[in-house]
Amino acid sequence: MAERVVVDPVTRIEGHLRIEVETEGGFITNAWAESTQYRGLETIVENRDPRDVWAFLQRICGVCTTTHAIASIVAVEDAIGIEVPVQAQLIRDIILGAQTAHDHTVHFYHLQALDWVNVVSASQAKPEDAVAFAQAIGSTWTGNSLERFTKVAETVNALIDSGQLSIFTGGYWDHPAYKLPPEANLMAVSHYLDALEFQRSVVRIQTVFGGKNPHPNFLVGGMACSIDPDKSETVNSVQIDQIRNWINEAVTFATECYLPDVIAIMGAHKDWFDIGATEPHFLAVGMIGATFPGDPAAAPYRSTLSPIEPGVLLDGDFVNVKPFDPALVTEYISSAWYTYEAGDDAAVHPDVGETTPKYTGKPTPWEWIADAEDGKYTWSKAPRYDDKVVQVGPAARVLVAYASGHERTREIVDGALSTIGIRLEQLNSTAGRILCRAIETVTAVELMQQVSFPAFISNIAQGDIEVFNGAKWAPSQWPSSCQGYCYTEVPRGTLSHHVTIEGGKTKLYQCVVPTTWNAAGRDPMGQLGPYEYSLAGDGNHPLVIPDQPLEIMRTIHSYDPCMSCGVHVLDPSGEEITRLVTP
Amino acid sequence: MQVWQEGTLGENLERAGVSRRDFLAFCGKMAAIFAVGSYAGANSAMAAPTAEEIATKLSAVTKPVVVWLQLQECTGCAESAIRSYGTTVEEIVLKLLSVEYFDLLMAPSGTAAEEALHNANQGPHILVVNGSVPLNENGIHCVIGGKTAKQVLEEAAENATHILAMGACAVWGSVQASHPNPTGAVGVDSIIRNKPVINVAGCPPIGDVMTAVISYVLTYDAIPKLDGEGRPKFAYDQRVHDSCERRPHFDAGQFVRNFDDEAARNGWCLYNVGCKGPSTYSPCPIVQWNLRASWPVAAGHPCIGCTEKDFYDRFTPFYATLPNVGIEPGIEASSEAIGLGLLGIATAGVAAHAGITAALSKKDELAQRETQPLEAFGDSVRSYQPEPETTQGESN
Repeated sequence: MAERVVVDPVTRIEGHLRIEVETEGGFITNAWAESTQYRGLETIVENRDPRDVWAFLQRICGVCTTTHAIASIVAVEDAIGIEVPVQAQLIRDIILGAQTAHDHTVHFYHLQALDWVNVVSASQAKPEDAVAFAQAIGSTWTGNSLERFTKVAETVNALIDSGQLSIFTGGYWDHPAYKLPPEANLMAVSHYLDALEFQRSVVRIQTVFGGKNPHPNFLVGGMACSIDPDKSETVNSVQIDQIRNWINEAVTFATECYLPDVIAIMGAHKDWFDIGATEPHFLAVGMIGATFPGDPAAAPYRSTLSPIEPGVLLDGDFVNVKPFDPALVTEYISSAWYTYEAGDDAAVHPDVGETTPKYTGKPTPWEWIADAEDGKYTWSKAPRYDDKVVQVGPAARVLVAYASGHERTREIVDGALSTIGIRLEQLNSTAGRILCRAIETVTAVELMQQVSFPAFISNIAQGDIEVFNGAKWAPSQWPSSCQGYCYTEVPRGTLSHHVTIEGGKTKLYQCVVPTTWNAAGRDPMGQLGPYEYSLAGDGNHPLVIPDQPLEIMRTIHSYDPCMSCGVHVLDPSGEEITRLVTP
Repeated sequence: MQVWQEGTLGENLERAGVSRRDFLAFCGKMAAIFAVGSYAGANSAMAAPTAEEIATKLSAVTKPVVVWLQLQECTGCAESAIRSYGTTVEEIVLKLLSVEYFDLLMAPSGTAAEEALHNANQGPHILVVNGSVPLNENGIHCVIGGKTAKQVLEEAAENATHILAMGACAVWGSVQASHPNPTGAVGVDSIIRNKPVINVAGCPPIGDVMTAVISYVLTYDAIPKLDGEGRPKFAYDQRVHDSCERRPHFDAGQFVRNFDDEAARNGWCLYNVGCKGPSTYSPCPIVQWNLRASWPVAAGHPCIGCTEKDFYDRFTPFYATLPNVGIEPGIEASSEAIGLGLLGIATAGVAAHAGITAALSKKDELAQRETQPLEAFGDSVRSYQPEPETTQGESN
């Protein structure tokens, strides 16, 4: 007899997500991913100055802060036809590189790790054993000292002794799925604290260029931060030196701490490379940080963070990358609280997208919402590529980069596969997504260190300090009507922003975001979304103790949910408010 | 707040191996932040405490339970909180408080998380809120644990000893409350009317200020002195303009006319490219951001006024010069009537504040505000210097 289990709130994510599952005999038999928050930002930006819109849409998400702002300014620049100075492009690349270093680090250590790392067990470790463990896994991180581990052990013990566990209150510390030895747990808790310090440090790269973090400032046409190595009031030699050091710190942390930790911790849970797979279809418009104004195939600028081209891997073929065709993207709403003019089973291309919200669910408080008669249970639409359910994000990017022959990716992937003892195809799994996130952090910060930053410095050396093109700043110099878009790879996957400008105002705006791809519900063909398929697609996903849903959190967290990003337009009157037409 | 299980904070810190020196260093940072408010002189009844005084008082308090809610929002405020600087701050905060419910960082999900919240709600606790409360369609636009954000907030506020609305969403609704406010988003003090609400403004607020507000409450067992909009004076007593490093260029009439022009490279004033610093009460130039790496105006971008209510509507277009922005009639003055225009904007939001905190001091605050902007602008004669050479297009 199937048992119903609700996980709500899903914590350690951005925004609000509810998971409902049915289980039988310790395995999940059915699953529903339910997005439960709406804000309506795309409506709010209509009729605003397009040069202001980045500041509104940046507030879609404070975790992947910068990504929506950059997508917005690039879409507006594409629409107006603004050529952005190369130094401003490089600054944006460096900002996105820093974003990867920050976002992925915080995700692994502060949002994901407690699913695998047992804080209570850490208190039982001998610090010298933790030092030996760190050495054994090849971690050369400077924080692996006896003194540091001793201090952390004392801190953990004092917390537990106080009887007030603070954020660890109610954790599933006796759950049998926790199986790291105490010394590994102590090392990981110590790195949890080190990562807090690291994330606070590395965001300063964004602060220098954008003035603050979260939510640094951007500018349509370039950047507002003038640069000049010979002046005191600009981004100058002092800050350029600092940024070089912070980039080096990011490379050190990613290669010496983050990647070895992930290989060791996921390697100790090898069975999780066979759990949580999606159907084997993957989409990526490049490596993380890739950003294209308009059609990627015709874009005038190639990001220094992505030496590969956009592509898709379909039907379990992990070798042959097919070109990405934006025309094959459609969105379904049969499981979401919207209506379509052509009927709720229609497939609609985002270029002519309709977003007509209509809440038909139960009144709160909710007990169980997956059994609605009209089949609707979420605010998330269901994007599909050629009617296939594709996965976006770190695993998709690493698999596409691997198949595209990116050498450094292949080197790290091959090493990890060999160390752990798994096959490439197993990267399509709960543990695989976590591993790929660490792998692409290394490649991204190395590209920032070896390509983006040196190019920036070399240009300065040649006298190029221009960061803003004001030739089309004034609305009087814009076409009376224009459209543009931006495709970019951000921490959680493929993001696109689409804008239509008329008479100097934002006429229509649409975002298609990574979490909508991955957190989507069912389509009219009955295909489960990626979260849902990972939990219930093959019947082998465990849930041993229903009221301690640790295994569900492992798999859902492996996607790094960003639910606010998955939110589209809302008009409470139910009127149609967005009808997007882009070229 | 008698919720620490045994011993005082001082005893617990000592047992936890936090040295007096580390603790004093933390208190020193708090003291520096508290001192921000003392610049205003007449407005500050309390002298800024020293690090030693803060340490003595903090050591004696008992460990409070904290419930940290994230409602309709973007998580940027919680992210800002974890940026609060000082290498040992998170260790101290872990030991200083028992944060028993906090979506972003807490270990359990689902039932266990709801139980942790329920248990914490039963006793006295400090309530920190990020995010707004959407009221349209019976609150269906933000549902947590099957309950509306409004219900979650009301249950958590019931036994709260202090309520801290952290960030623009919790203060007034922020971006989602901007025109046309599709979900009917409101701030905390529109829902909780029987208790004072401390409004920590900003989109997001500076992490260090967020930490300092908590620390203030612990140190004095009292809420900080607040301005007419419920904002702690120690952080929001001064306008960005008052302490801006580019202020001398404003006084000298030296203005950036186009981004990245020669004036921009000389660090001149950003007023003419849209800076809202003259109407924005915020500690940005003093506390700065992210280990003092920079702050928005220093990095060349105009202040967008994110600590002010309704800034997405009243301060847009962001790149328009100040007296010409905003939607209220009567402030579309010419740039010559600058002081008057600023006065209108600076006071416009005050009357709309609905919470009990505003009611306590609104009159005083209005009286005080009416003189400030004019004084601030009367201390120099503004005259435009010849525009620097530029090859760029027209501004605005």
